[in-house]
Amino acid sequence: MRIDVNAFLGAFPWRRVPGTSPSAVLAAMDRMRIDQAWVSHLPGILWRDPMEGNDWLYETADREVRFRPVPAVHPGLPGWEREIERAAGLGAAAVRCDPTWYGIAPGGGLMAALARACGAASMPLQLAVRFEDGRQRHPLDRAEELPPWSVRHLVRSDPAVRVVITHADRPFIEEVHFGSTPDEARRIWWDLCWVWGPPEDHLETLLRTIGPERFVFGTGQPLRLPENAVAKLDLLDLAPEVRAAIESQNVGEALGR
Amino acid sequence: MAAPARYHIRRACPERCLDIAPLPDHLPGVLIDIHAHFLHERSPRADWRERNASRLRAGDRVGIRYHVASVLGTWGHCSPIYFPSPDDVTFANEVQRSLEREHPDRIRGYALVNPNYTAHALAEIERGAGEGMIGVKLAASRRCTDALLDPVCRAAAAHGLPILQHVWQHRRQEFSGQEASDGAELCALARRHPDVNFLLAHIGGGGDWLHTLRAVRDVPNVFIDLSGSGVDGGMLEACIASAGMERLVWGCDLTIDTGWAKLRYLEHLLAPGDLDLVAWRNAARIFPSHAFPD
Repeated sequence: MRIDVNAFLGAFPWRRVPGTSPSAVLAAMDRMRIDQAWVSHLPGILWRDPMEGNDWLYETADREVRFRPVPAVHPGLPGWEREIERAAGLGAAAVRCDPTWYGIAPGGGLMAALARACGAASMPLQLAVRFEDGRQRHPLDRAEELPPWSVRHLVRSDPAVRVVITHADRPFIEEVHFGSTPDEARRIWWDLCWVWGPPEDHLETLLRTIGPERFVFGTGQPLRLPENAVAKLDLLDLAPEVRAAIESQNVGEALGR
Repeated sequence: MAAPARYHIRRACPERCLDIAPLPDHLPGVLIDIHAHFLHERSPRADWRERNASRLRAGDRVGIRYHVASVLGTWGHCSPIYFPSPDDVTFANEVQRSLEREHPDRIRGYALVNPNYTAHALAEIERGAGEGMIGVKLAASRRCTDALLDPVCRAAAAHGLPILQHVWQHRRQEFSGQEASDGAELCALARRHPDVNFLLAHIGGGGDWLHTLRAVRDVPNVFIDLSGSGVDGGMLEACIASAGMERLVWGCDLTIDTGWAKLRYLEHLLAPGDLDLVAWRNAARIFPSHAFPD
């Protein structure tokens, strides 16, 4: 069983990306033997109201059992709390928020309110550190990357909130993990898509120092080749049960609903 | 949180780092990594042995037959990585050659030069070629458009060596720590020296690769090195569209996992014969005939 917690559907506004349709993502999942993908609506992340993409996302996921929707929630727009209720009712794997792309403070009161609402609803909250390498972004694509301190603030905002952070690298993960209490750190899961493998061996180091319980399989497809997430696991000598935990079983704990 | 007892992973052991396992005999086909680096005891990294061992170990797993590598001075310890002093250049090339002697079946080398020291650079190329090095490494000590690179290129041509040029894809500004060149600037150099093959470093290594791929389209002596940590969807398709399979060469640089991912995707994208071009045949064509004897 392999679950990709970090996948997108829909066109990317800043450059041409092949394979963004639901059928193309399914084909890539077949190629990489991915059984299930948590999918977000990619263009909606840059819409003034990112929640307008949720209807399409639910409809698409409803037609394909291998997709689990991760709808967007913008805590600065009226009625955002209803989107969390709707997500719970429609079987969403998590809700996502990308504060710096929405133009709201990543460590501000709106995000704290969102954390409390997600905690109360037992709804995991997903955030991306970035979508592309910062050195290649479109000149008008100027949103800040998600800062590590904002994740620390987030998990301190509510004792029940659980977060899934995607596209984080080793320094980011270490700063947040060791800057949190053990209880706070236990409510954070990291996808491995942006963590380097050999010869720098960042993933190996993190699995040793932080523990495999905190990591989940994520690809960032179709913005990134899904082959990379599989390759970096293949380059480790993982016990089968550890690999299974990262590829699927830790997600069960993250969901926990 | 410490890893639980059930967690098992092979760990690099400093005491064993010079005791590399012999090359396995089950490698799937031929694969040449044209962009590798090795560290050494004068680099600032205390874990240099582990990183070198990890590269070779991961290379074995991926099936890398040859690591074509360079050493960038003292990696910032005694002089800047991209502006290495002559002494550091000489030391780095000696380290590289000692690695080649230590692992003659799997390591080949570029002679690093700093073109700001013309006589020294030419001497390093001469010595490197004489001792079996198979290419020239230009980091980012002087912009490609500068005339100081011309004698380096003429020396490379005289010895039949390709030049691996560090590239920042679409350099929109100056950066501290390096005098970076971008694809368009490398192409200007390549047009001045049509008898030299240039390897445009790490298309996935940062910056706007779309800009680069427009620049190289009609410059036949510039080859795209696919290395770098970037694994953007659409990047490999764009590389093929721009340069064709005959001008793509496979490499890893700092991340073997991303190199392997690109190779796996190319297996899906290309016919087997075309995959061989990228995996090794193009490299075998660019480097001197003695480079890969088998």
